[in-house]
Amino acid sequence: MRRLVLAVAAGVAAELAGIGLMTTAVWLIMRAAEQPPLSALTVAIVAVRALAVARGGMRYAERLAGHSAVLRHLAEVRGRVYDSLLRRPLNGGDALTRLVSDVDCMQDALLRCLLPGVVALVVGAIALAATGFAWPLLVGLLVTVCVIPWTAYALAVRHLRALAPLRSALAERTVVLLDGAAELTAFGALERELAATGHVVDSLAERERRGGSGTAVLAAVAVVVQFGVALAFLRSGAPAHVVLGSVAVLEVTVPLASAAQRWAEVHGSVRRVREVLATAQETAPPEADLPVGRVGVVGASGAGKSTFLRELAAAHPGIAKGVLDDAHVFHATVEANVRFARPEASQEDLDRVAALVDLDVPWDTVVGENGDALSGGQRQRLLLARALLADPEVLLLDEPVEGLTIAHGDAVLERVLDQATRTVVLVTHRLAPLVDFDRILVFEDGRITQQGTHADLIGTPGYYRDRWSTERMAGRSSHDTSTVAGSHSPSNGTNCVNSDDSTGTPHRRSTVPVI
Amino acid sequence: MRHVDRRYVVVLAVLAVVTAVVVVGQAEVLASVLSGGRSAWWLVAVVLARGVVVWGGRVVTQRFASSMKASLRKQVLRGSCGASGASGASGSSARAGSVATLVVKGLDAVEPYFAGYLPQLVVAAVVPVAVVVRLSFADLTSAVVVLVTLPLVPVFAALVGMHTRDRTRAQWAGLAVVGGHFLDVVRGLGTLKVFGRAAAQAATVRAMAGAHAASTMRTLRVAFLSALVLELVATLSVALVAVPVGLRLLHGGVTLHVALLVLLLAPEAYLPLRAAGAQFHASAEGLAVLEAAAAQGSSPRGSLDLILPDGTDKPTPSSTACGQLADRPVASVIGTRAPDLRRAEIVVDRVVVRYPGRDALGGMSLRITPGERVALVGPSGVGKSTLLAVLMGFVTPASGRVLVGGVDLREVERGSWLRQLAWVPQRPTLFPGTVGENIALGSGGDVRGAASAMGLGHLVDAEHALSSGERQRVALARALVRDDARMLLLDEPTSRLDSGTEEVVLRATRQLSSGRTALVVAHRPVMLGEVDRVVTFT
Repeated sequence: MRRLVLAVAAGVAAELAGIGLMTTAVWLIMRAAEQPPLSALTVAIVAVRALAVARGGMRYAERLAGHSAVLRHLAEVRGRVYDSLLRRPLNGGDALTRLVSDVDCMQDALLRCLLPGVVALVVGAIALAATGFAWPLLVGLLVTVCVIPWTAYALAVRHLRALAPLRSALAERTVVLLDGAAELTAFGALERELAATGHVVDSLAERERRGGSGTAVLAAVAVVVQFGVALAFLRSGAPAHVVLGSVAVLEVTVPLASAAQRWAEVHGSVRRVREVLATAQETAPPEADLPVGRVGVVGASGAGKSTFLRELAAAHPGIAKGVLDDAHVFHATVEANVRFARPEASQEDLDRVAALVDLDVPWDTVVGENGDALSGGQRQRLLLARALLADPEVLLLDEPVEGLTIAHGDAVLERVLDQATRTVVLVTHRLAPLVDFDRILVFEDGRITQQGTHADLIGTPGYYRDRWSTERMAGRSSHDTSTVAGSHSPSNGTNCVNSDDSTGTPHRRSTVPVI
Repeated sequence: MRHVDRRYVVVLAVLAVVTAVVVVGQAEVLASVLSGGRSAWWLVAVVLARGVVVWGGRVVTQRFASSMKASLRKQVLRGSCGASGASGASGSSARAGSVATLVVKGLDAVEPYFAGYLPQLVVAAVVPVAVVVRLSFADLTSAVVVLVTLPLVPVFAALVGMHTRDRTRAQWAGLAVVGGHFLDVVRGLGTLKVFGRAAAQAATVRAMAGAHAASTMRTLRVAFLSALVLELVATLSVALVAVPVGLRLLHGGVTLHVALLVLLLAPEAYLPLRAAGAQFHASAEGLAVLEAAAAQGSSPRGSLDLILPDGTDKPTPSSTACGQLADRPVASVIGTRAPDLRRAEIVVDRVVVRYPGRDALGGMSLRITPGERVALVGPSGVGKSTLLAVLMGFVTPASGRVLVGGVDLREVERGSWLRQLAWVPQRPTLFPGTVGENIALGSGGDVRGAASAMGLGHLVDAEHALSSGERQRVALARALVRDDARMLLLDEPTSRLDSGTEEVVLRATRQLSSGRTALVVAHRPVMLGEVDRVVTFT
């Protein structure tokens, strides 16, 4: 706050120096034309030189003080946002990204809206007092400080509101167009769909042009008002330095129109950050019974498996830990990413878990944003190492070997399960590891529709049995390459594309109808 | 400026010249009015003229920026929908998201560039010259002062920039890391909580944010120096001009009119430079986005995924869909008409397909005789869907070839080839519009009949969101509508369908594959009862 006041003071001083420079210089010349003795001008000459230096220096001070105030304020806001997110988490990566960019937008709200606004108001008030509340300046200030910014704000709000549906329509169409480009091409409909999207682009451009013309009129009005005030002073017989001084004063207030426009763009961000900071009450943790033994969780994607695991973790903090589907890899070293699960762990502990999961990335590798510098398999093994290091009472594993080859994944998972002696809850799309589990939960549409052991479930019609037969069908030839899936093919036999190396590169082996 | 239409540069130059005339004219009139020369009505006229120029300039630049943005948006859309054609390639929806961000939000940055920075740049090139020329006629000494100090602005800015460039760059690189930290920690809050480390991180967040502020300030202290130099040169030059002119006026060396003119004109020489400097950030951002758009618009990888040669019903080159014709030999663009699949055999000959980072098909061979129904089975990721993509021409094999009736698929005219295929993708996309429009996709077949056959008859005119089962039925209906298709390419969904849809898929497969060649990617044993032959991938 103190820094902000400092910034405003420096800003006011810079603007006053600028106005003073113009006024004094004009006075100097008008006075010199009367050819007085040189001594009558010395003060003005010194003042002109001093003000010229002061303006630049003060402007520099204003910029530094303003940025310093705002950056420190934002640091505090970030801390408070984190605290309130801790109390009340925000779901969804998009919401978080938006919140973080909202916090960044507050910088603009303060630096480009609040600061110039306050400086302009103070400068205007001082100028008004200096001219003895002359009516032309009063009118000019009212128009450039109130009327034009308010109109610009109202226009911008209306403009943004009109653009919003078009912009979201364009975003939606773009995503669908890209996702469905292959289908559109295959069905010969790509040109038609591109033209339809082009139509949305055109109406968006038309809207933008219309919004721009209002701003153009306001800018022209501001210029006319600025010199209109000078003209009014001139007509009322004011001296030249007042006439041109008024132009310099309004030079400070005219940019408020764009500050108001900017405010229309960012005030939503400011409001959202305030809302997040205002939410004080904690959300109650969900209730979920702790499972015992080895529990498998299966089901189609979106059936509620990952939600089930997240709720277990939230309901039993400190007890249930592990690899969740939204597990985050921090932009730090591999070691920092694993160690934070148990900061007091020794180097031996770290090396032991790394060996268990075949984590072959050096400890001091920086993993990149969200682990982008790692391959999918390395990222997954890092997450597993972290979970094993924590050694929780209940180990939660959500598709822990996704991104590894099937054989490697099975091997790693087997070692992890051997190591974990306590309760394990495993979400998997591959059913093979579940054969000797104590209990398997089948999720469909957000609830458990079947449960039992592997033997129970393959004896009952339903999701699990279907998946099991599909998995066996797909995997059969890898277990037994000499026999073919002939039982299903009524004629012709089968030709087989096999692999005899571990990289899974298929190439032809059998000879039925081939070239 | 190479991004810019030459006409726009001409328009901007005209605007700048008009601005220069108005600026000089206004100073002229103000000086003579204040020195008692002319009537104030001249001032009214010149102020109104300035208002009109400001208005006109804004309207023209805004219009140009809007249409430039619209055409860039279309260009990016056209260019990038070519690159996303590789069906079965993973991560395409993330790419769709980033392209949508570029198209909708990112390209907004070109507006301040075209409507703000560029016009200001042209003004900065024209107005100071006009001012110096006018000054040299009025008072040569002042003109020389302005002429000497004016280059100091860019020279000092460059000097400060050069001196601080490395430091600033290092600072910005550091900033990017620190600035990203908050987002990183906030995103990882859930993970921190699971491991009980969230509260401990709160202090780190504050410390990092504080360090961020401190290091940003170190950068800004340097970065603002060039602005300080600019400011100082401009104001000091006014002092340098005003004081000597005042002194000469005192001794009768110049007239009041000239003295006032010099005082009013001198700052106008520096003003456009300052304004252009203030917009430097907009220029950097705008150029970065223009480069990103250019990269998307001519997607380097895209040409291999989706190249549409001209169809017989689309004779003009402009109607060619995504991708660049220039990348392909002319012969393949003209292409031979696709052989009739009722008689032509399809031969897949040692086809290799590589996606970045993995092999999808390694030397696959297969022969499909007309009317044969073939099932493809195997674990996910071995290239079953990729084979379909190769057959449709979305993916060009790295080596090997596909022959249709003895003709290489690459030499076949693609429109006539695609018209013979009916594709049912694993995850069909629904486009904006009614269910009926989604089934038709531009074709004129019996949409209602196909919809009714798939149990969607009541939804033909509906626009609401569909369940995954209904989506699957839409995809089947799309294939049904094209009853002149000779070959069915069906990618069975891996996810479990409700029993009703399962039944419909089976019935439709039977209907669609009767009397046609069919290639079915099967995930359920029951599908294998519908085909003549099973090919197993491993």
